[in-house]
Amino acid sequence: MASDLVHLYMRIDHLPQMWCPGCGNGVIMRDVAVAIQELIEDPELDFNREDFVIVSGIGCSSRAAGYLDFNSIHTTHGRAIAFATGIKFANPKLHVVVLTGDGDCSAIGGNHLIHAARRNMGLTVIAFNNDIYGMTGGQYSPTTPNGDKATTAPYGNVDRPFDIANLATGAGASFAARGDIYHARETIDIIKQAILHKGFSLVDVYSVCPTYYGRKNKKGDAVEMLKWQKEHLVPTARYYSMPESERADKKLIGILSYNDYPEYTDEYAKVIESCRKKDKK
Amino acid sequence: MSKAVLMQGNEAAVEGAIAAGMRFFAGYPITPSTEIAEGSAARLPQEGGKFIQMEDELASIAAVLGASAAGMKAMTATSGPGFSLMQENLGYGAMAEIPCVIVDVQRAGPSTGLATSPAQADYMQAKWGTHGDHPVIAISPSSVLETYMLIIRAFNLAEKYRTPVIFLMDEIVGHMREGVELPNPNDLIINRRKMSFHDGANKQCYYVPEGQYVPAMKPFGQGERYNITGNAHDESGFPTNSNEIAGKLVGRLLDKVEKNVDDITRVDEYAMDDAETAIVCFGGTARAVMSAVLEARTAGKKVGMFRPVTVWPFPEKQLRARLPQLKNILMVEHNHGQMLLEVQRVAGREKPVCFLGRIDGTVISPQDILAKLSEMEENHHGE
Ligand SMILES: Cc1ncc(C[n+]2csc(CCOP(=O)(O)OP(=O)(O)O)c2C)c(N)n1
Repeated sequence: MASDLVHLYMRIDHLPQMWCPGCGNGVIMRDVAVAIQELIEDPELDFNREDFVIVSGIGCSSRAAGYLDFNSIHTTHGRAIAFATGIKFANPKLHVVVLTGDGDCSAIGGNHLIHAARRNMGLTVIAFNNDIYGMTGGQYSPTTPNGDKATTAPYGNVDRPFDIANLATGAGASFAARGDIYHARETIDIIKQAILHKGFSLVDVYSVCPTYYGRKNKKGDAVEMLKWQKEHLVPTARYYSMPESERADKKLIGILSYNDYPEYTDEYAKVIESCRKKDKK
Repeated sequence: MSKAVLMQGNEAAVEGAIAAGMRFFAGYPITPSTEIAEGSAARLPQEGGKFIQMEDELASIAAVLGASAAGMKAMTATSGPGFSLMQENLGYGAMAEIPCVIVDVQRAGPSTGLATSPAQADYMQAKWGTHGDHPVIAISPSSVLETYMLIIRAFNLAEKYRTPVIFLMDEIVGHMREGVELPNPNDLIINRRKMSFHDGANKQCYYVPEGQYVPAMKPFGQGERYNITGNAHDESGFPTNSNEIAGKLVGRLLDKVEKNVDDITRVDEYAMDDAETAIVCFGGTARAVMSAVLEARTAGKKVGMFRPVTVWPFPEKQLRARLPQLKNILMVEHNHGQMLLEVQRVAGREKPVCFLGRIDGTVISPQDILAKLSEMEENHHGE
């Protein structure tokens, strides 16, 4: 199935991809492709390949849009969600999936993230969260943990970090979840649910950047970093069956918040409808 | 059949845009452009169209480009501070070849400046505001009716050349109210981008046949998968690091406008047939210039008005054609001398160019212009 996936859903002329050895981006890109494939191939559902639009910003992770063989648009740094808003609003039947980095969506693009969440615009945002600015060579991002090192935090990061899924929840996102690259099957299922969700959905996927973040912070190679994920990130069922004391240094992989608020383009369609009725009177 | 109505310039921008097929507006309020957002919010849903107030101007232009990629004619409107915020994605639109119209109703700057006062000091920003070499088309109306007619032209050029078009208004025209007779919608010419790719070269999305300059554009969601990027890209729309391909791409983008200047540029000339002095102006400044020309003519002076309607590319050929008959030129604009630089470039050493500008947010009056003409006469400019 894996090779099938590549031939079916990736632009093979443009592979291999440009990411460093050990980078988590390829895993998340695959998870997104598998999630979409499973939705399209599900006979109970009515997902059409041509209705998917992949939107990305700028960063290592944002290059994923170009490798995925769908309608794809690689925009400017931070603006992916705003472009996606225009695409979705213009044609609400499209499934608009935003692939973005932690810097792209929570630093330069943080404003668009919270407002798309607040509006409940029917987008699915997948944050490739590697705790660092990969593309520009390892500067700290809004998710770099306090005290960690980066090329622009040579003495340790003074900033306090965002938890992107909590940030989205706080902004009113009707669906916010967390995934990672170790728990691939769980993460694929979360991404599927996010796409199936009618309103705004965000999945903060914990990635790894052994090249910059890992090396600067002595986290070991990609395998070591994945081991950390295995030990500290816990899927829903197991997480809730753990005693409270064990959860202290762990994070939940799963859906953190869910609501069925009305979706923006549906609400606007009602505005159009009411204007048309008044016209006829 | 046409009907006469009293209309504000900003309102005419909305109505003209809707007549041109605009069905998507994303914007953020700013004086003196706000009536365009308000008018779009009221009118678009009546036409089945869509309005959204975004969180800022960075988002507004991004949403407009997204909507256009999804097949809608889309527009945003702003003033100086917001126009500054839009610059990065203006370049994206030029590079990725996504048509749209960006209205800038200019006000006095720099910075927040005088928010409600007129100016024309974004003229150079319209051309050079975004980074990198890129094509620019900018149009500037000087009356309410012209706002209606020219914004249709702005959409037509955006669609035809697949590029953002800047509609450079100013507070004078934006807030002016005039009685206008709108044309019958059936008499309007409305362009639409070619909705399928050009044949040949495996139907690559950015393929352009020999001798042409504009790739065809099929919107997202209509059965053709492709990639759009602001990176230098090949005909498949995929990023490239090839200097050769990048150079050819930027060259073609610039050629789209440069090789089609005759189609794109328009000027309005008044009393120029025997004029020895040309007053050059654009946008709302033309109102005072017209009065001054009429008065000067009554006094027997051979003065005419030369008004670029397409302000970028600057109508160089048209001005050059007038040079032999002229003794001198007077540039009148509400800034510190921006179009002046273009006029000087074209006039070269051949003809003296005088300047009347304004940077304090007040309006140049016909008397100011007449006084300047007399001063030029006394100083024997061009004799
Ligand atoms: C307006 C602007 N500012 C800065 C940059 C430089 N830049 C490119 S990517 C990037 C950060 C990328 O980090 P992130 O979004 O976390 O993605 P990653 O590369 O780690 O996947 C920066 C600062 C840019 N391209 N545009």
